[in-house]
Amino acid sequence: MLMKVEDMNKVLYIDLTKKDIRTEERADLFDAYLGGTGVAIKLLVEECPQGIDPLSASNPIIFAVGPLTGLYPLASKTVAMFKSPLTGNLGESHCGGRSAIAIKFAGYGAIVIKGASDIPLYLAIAGDEVKFRDASSIWSMEAVTVGRVLREVEPGAGVRTIIRTGTAGGKMVRYACAVTETYRHFGRLGLGAVMGSKKLKALVISADKSVELPKQKRKEYKRVYDEIQDVVVKSDAMAKYHDLGTPGKIYSMNKLGGMAYKNLESARAPEKVARELSGENIAEKYLSRRISCAHCPVGCVHLASLRELYAPGYYFKTSTMPYDNETIYSLGFMLGMERADDYLRLNDTVDTVGMDAISTGVTLAWATEAYAKGLITKEHTDGLELKWGDVKVYSAAIKKIVEMPNEFYQSLAKGVEYASSVYGGQDYALAFGGNEMPEYHTGLACYLNNLTGARHSHLDSAGYDLDQKLIGTDFSIEEVASALLKEEEWRQIPSSLVVCFFARKVFTPETVLKALGAIGLEGWTEEKLNDIGRDIHRAKMDFKFREGYDLTKLRIPKRIFEVPTPNGLLKEEDLRRAIEVYGKMIGR
Amino acid sequence: MAKKLAALDVNNCIGCMECMFACSRRVGRIGLDKSAIRVRSAGGIERGFVIVVCRACENPPCAKVCPTEALKERKEGGGVVLDETKCIGCGFCVQSCIVGAMFWDDERDKPIVCKYCGECAKYCVHGAIGLVEA
Repeated sequence: MLMKVEDMNKVLYIDLTKKDIRTEERADLFDAYLGGTGVAIKLLVEECPQGIDPLSASNPIIFAVGPLTGLYPLASKTVAMFKSPLTGNLGESHCGGRSAIAIKFAGYGAIVIKGASDIPLYLAIAGDEVKFRDASSIWSMEAVTVGRVLREVEPGAGVRTIIRTGTAGGKMVRYACAVTETYRHFGRLGLGAVMGSKKLKALVISADKSVELPKQKRKEYKRVYDEIQDVVVKSDAMAKYHDLGTPGKIYSMNKLGGMAYKNLESARAPEKVARELSGENIAEKYLSRRISCAHCPVGCVHLASLRELYAPGYYFKTSTMPYDNETIYSLGFMLGMERADDYLRLNDTVDTVGMDAISTGVTLAWATEAYAKGLITKEHTDGLELKWGDVKVYSAAIKKIVEMPNEFYQSLAKGVEYASSVYGGQDYALAFGGNEMPEYHTGLACYLNNLTGARHSHLDSAGYDLDQKLIGTDFSIEEVASALLKEEEWRQIPSSLVVCFFARKVFTPETVLKALGAIGLEGWTEEKLNDIGRDIHRAKMDFKFREGYDLTKLRIPKRIFEVPTPNGLLKEEDLRRAIEVYGKMIGR
Repeated sequence: MAKKLAALDVNNCIGCMECMFACSRRVGRIGLDKSAIRVRSAGGIERGFVIVVCRACENPPCAKVCPTEALKERKEGGGVVLDETKCIGCGFCVQSCIVGAMFWDDERDKPIVCKYCGECAKYCVHGAIGLVEA
């Protein structure tokens, strides 16, 4: 069916309590803030009352795509926004698969889900038609099985996405993810738990429309499209992300001494471990397929297959799981895995229950150290002897986090910030702003990023990248704070368009302007993009401060000051001062 | 020599669907619903993808069942060409194509027929599809 570029201003509002829907044209938001993150934060401020419990019915879930979604290569991501049950503050998570394409060509710029259902539900959105369907029979299923059931039961003309939760979502583990297309995730910050609190098991969104450009625009559009495609295909990034994928940098990060190992006991694993867990080794032994998100020729998604004997008499099973840089860090390095296949098994367990791999790994790494130090005992762990590299024990612990047989696992299910506040060991509880830390122990910039980024994600301002550039140079705290702020402000643009961050070097301001112009969105300038990048960033920070974020009260685990980074030992007073400088820069 | 489109190596397909977008663009649409080629997972993405393209059959079944001769055999190279003015939208052609390569355009109420132009293949970075001698 036909739609125009401007039709993407439509917002679908779904009320799970009343089982009712309405749509509204929100050109006011899309014209001013493009889409994606920019529109989502505005909708979040409109829909999320101050101070609510993130697991209450009043927490909205917002999915947003942008003006470039579906129209250009690598504009393949959906932005989800909500109040995070993990941090109690801004929740923002990005995911590809077919989610963005399906939402766009179903005819929506954004979907807002409010309220909570009394019975388990899934939503079947086929273009203009929205059905509330009983999900009682699939409520306690793993994400992969839910996908299989819904693929068969829902008519799927065209292209569709199935966004669902696993068992962790239903149990409201605070860092449960939402899974799409089996192997892609809205990870971090607990979207799955919010879905669980709403008794929303899944969304099936089917596309039935396509966009028609005015005839006079078609040549220009094709030219800009081809230019972007050409740059992508010929860029180094293409080879980098396709060949080994993100794990390609595992070995070098470890060699550099910026890889958190065994709960940051050190920042470099032994050479043998680094080789075993390297992207090269995993690719050579286990890589079975590379796939891409819809409308992206890169194919950065790496799947591994593991064939194992599971019963005597030649009964083998082959399991397939996605792997990437961050999960190798969190489930491999952080938990002291010595074998790549053990890491893959653990990854498979995490994926099966549907939890964020970084939060899971970091939380279990803290628990392992706390166990070794006697803060927690076998009584807490329900009999498990937590030990570095023990895949069987960790797999059992992951299942217990979901099942929550006792208070200890209930605490682990709330993340390491909470668990350490109950059991102690905060000096080595590696969370920032309540979010478990990403891989990098590279210096001042990465930790300033972790503490001040709107999502407390390494992708907010790429501090790890800046740290690596600063090695061996003289730099001031002001320079670092200012560079991170500038980077985070600009990153609001790709995440509002919405293009994949892997394409951020392709979508330069000049290319963005050309791409917008070629689809008839005129009047944008580089200055205007910079302005709204800053506005969107400040809107996110305003939300954070409204919900209690306080730069003077940020907890910083002592461990990060005890282990040298590639930029030397980081000093607490420097980091505190950097936070202060950053605060002044954003008027706080 | 006449050409036809072929799945050269389905193992190279990463499921990006750029071919489908390229095909839809030929008729001025950005999306997937006007495409004469389709990529879908082979029952779970871990099993890879299925690429459905017109096989450019000799004695094409779709032309045989067309009651109005709207679908006619191409002069050389197999496959068919569509004369839209004769098509009554009965959909017999879709039923006759057991590989599922005859797609339907709900707006026009007519089949979407591959023209073997190769536009889709230009965007297949990984060499999964291409034009071959018919």
